Amino acid sequence: MKVKDILSHEFTLVAGEGGIEKEVSNVYVCDLLSFVMSHVKSGSAWVTIQTHVNVIAVAVMTEISCIIICEGEKLDENAKEKADDENIPVIAFNGSSYEAAIKLSEMIK
Amino acid sequence: MKPYTMDFDVKARDFSSAGESSSKFRKTLLMLSIPSDIVRRASIAAYEAEMNIVIHSYGGKMHFEIYSDKIVIIADDTGPGIKDLELAMKEGYSTAPKEVIEMGFGAGMGLPNMKRNVDNMEVVNHDESGTKIVMTINF
Ligand SMILES: Nc1ncnc2c1ncn2[C@@H]1O[C@H](COP(=O)(O)OP(=O)(O)O)[C@@H](O)[C@H]1O
Ligand SMILES: [Mg+2]
Repeated sequence: MKVKDILSHEFTLVAGEGGIEKEVSNVYVCDLLSFVMSHVKSGSAWVTIQTHVNVIAVAVMTEISCIIICEGEKLDENAKEKADDENIPVIAFNGSSYEAAIKLSEMIK
Repeated sequence: MKPYTMDFDVKARDFSSAGESSSKFRKTLLMLSIPSDIVRRASIAAYEAEMNIVIHSYGGKMHFEIYSDKIVIIADDTGPGIKDLELAMKEGYSTAPKEVIEMGFGAGMGLPNMKRNVDNMEVVNHDESGTKIVMTINF
């Protein structure tokens, strides 16, 4: 599955369009950045409620394919710019991290 | 052989530019066609070290040396140092303030993450004058 295959009326792209051809092979749910740094696999879709610019840096360092921001939280403006620069797709989702994970797990099958 | 070196100043508590030196270091590794697993490990170790300078120190420097057979990452700051290093190395130990924890930092995993991702990590100084950590990754 590619990042672009996740996109729908529920999962809307808010930044990083340059990265939507990236392959997604896993899903990881966590809001603690150092946990993500130590546990996430390359090529994952990272589900979180964090919205600040450092999230993009974590995604770059760990080679995450895309970030899914849940609960309708809005991505910070400087994070949006950084995501565009780094080609890290950021996708907004209105439901909980749990709901996002269920839907992603259906898609990734 | 002379290494390719990079130096950056890291400001304390500046979260908008935090991670920039690790990010530039990573881009250089990719440009030099360093193997991807090495790039990932080096990037994670550098980022954790840089964030510790941002979060816990009065400010400092990141220094990188890229050789043909190894990478050296040096994080060097101006204090306040780490009182109990053994405790600080434990997973889950953190003195990060509340506002930093709300950003998702301060899980107390940074130093263990650094150690796990490099072949050698030495804390060469951690008294009040500053913390200096030297990490090496061999290819
Ligand atoms: N550069 C530093 N200067 C002062 N204290 C530090 C530094 N790096 C780490 N520490 C101390 O060690 C603790 C553990 O660090 P770390 O494992 O990176 O976890 P975290 O950064 O999440 O707190 C920190 O909470 C802090 O008390
Ligand atoms: Mg840390």
